[in-house]
Amino acid sequence: MSTERGLSVSCKEVVELITDYLEGRLSEERRADVEAHLQLCDPCVVYIEQMRQTIRALGHVPLDSLSGDAKSTLLDAFRARTT
Amino acid sequence: MDDRAIGTADLSLPEPRLAPSDESALLDRLRAGDETAFADLVDRWSRTMLRVARGYVSTDASAQEVTQDTWLAVIRGLDNFEARSSLKTWVFRILVNTAKTRGVREKRVTPMSSLVIDLEDASPTVDPSSFRGPDDQYPGGWTPSAVPQRWEGDPAREVLRGEVRTLVSSAMEKLPERQRSVVLLRDVQGCDSDEVCQILGLTPENQRVLLHRGRASVRTALEGYYRGGAA
Repeated sequence: MSTERGLSVSCKEVVELITDYLEGRLSEERRADVEAHLQLCDPCVVYIEQMRQTIRALGHVPLDSLSGDAKSTLLDAFRARTT
Repeated sequence: MDDRAIGTADLSLPEPRLAPSDESALLDRLRAGDETAFADLVDRWSRTMLRVARGYVSTDASAQEVTQDTWLAVIRGLDNFEARSSLKTWVFRILVNTAKTRGVREKRVTPMSSLVIDLEDASPTVDPSSFRGPDDQYPGGWTPSAVPQRWEGDPAREVLRGEVRTLVSSAMEKLPERQRSVVLLRDVQGCDSDEVCQILGLTPENQRVLLHRGRASVRTALEGYYRGGAA
C-alpha cells in the first residue's frame, strides 16, 4: 500500500516536495515528514530514484558543439589577443 | 586541434564548481594566453551555451553566432574581469545577454504572459489521476495502476545514443524557455543554484520551481518510455 494512516504527507505531496528535498531546502519538520513517508512507502522511494536517474541522464545527454570552423576562429582570436 | 565528432558524450558530464584557488589559476592561465586552457573551456561549455542560446534565437546558426560572439567578448574582457562572480557565471551571463539582444532583433521575444505561466503554473507535475481521491482509505496515495515501477535499464547510459537520447533531447526542447535554461545549466552543465540565479536573474525560490517542473517533465518522458517498453 502506498501510504500509511497517520503519515503527515501523502504521495501526491511528496512528488512535489522532491526537488526542495534533494536541494536541502525543506524545513527540518518538513524534511522529517518526507523521510518518515519514505521509510514506509516504497513507490515514493522508486519515484525519487527515477528523479535521480533523470538528473544523471541529463548530465550525460550528448549535445552538439560548436563547428570546427567556429573553434578555429576563436582560437585565432585568442592568439591575437596576446600578440 | 581536437575536433571530436558531434555527439560524443565524454565532454558533457556536469562538472563541479571550481575551488576559488583553481578558478584563479585558470584565470591566470587564460590571461597569460594559455591556448590549451582556452580550447578546453570552449569544449566544455559551448555545448550548453549553444542550447541555452537556442532558446532565445530563431535558428541553430544564430545560436552558433551568439556562442561565438560570447567567446569573442570573453577574450576581449578577460583583462577587465574582476572575478566578483565565477568565471562560468560571467561567461554565461554574457551569453544570455547576447542571445536576448539577438532574439529581440529577430523578433523572437517571448511574450511576458508565457514567462509568467512557466512560474505561476501550479499544476501538479504528476498526473493527478495517478493518486487516490480524498475519500479513499489512503487519500493522495498512488493508485495501483500508477505505482512507480523501477526502470529496467540505466537512462544515464542509454541517453548516450538512440531512442533515449532523442527522447531526453526532445523533452528538454519542449520545456518553457526558463525551465529549459535552468535544467541545462543545473543538470547538463553542472552549475550550482547560486550560479544559475545570477546567470538568469532568478530568486532561489523561482530557480527551484523551474528546476522542479523541468526535471519532472523529463522524468515523465522517461517514465513513458520505460513503462511502455516493459508493457
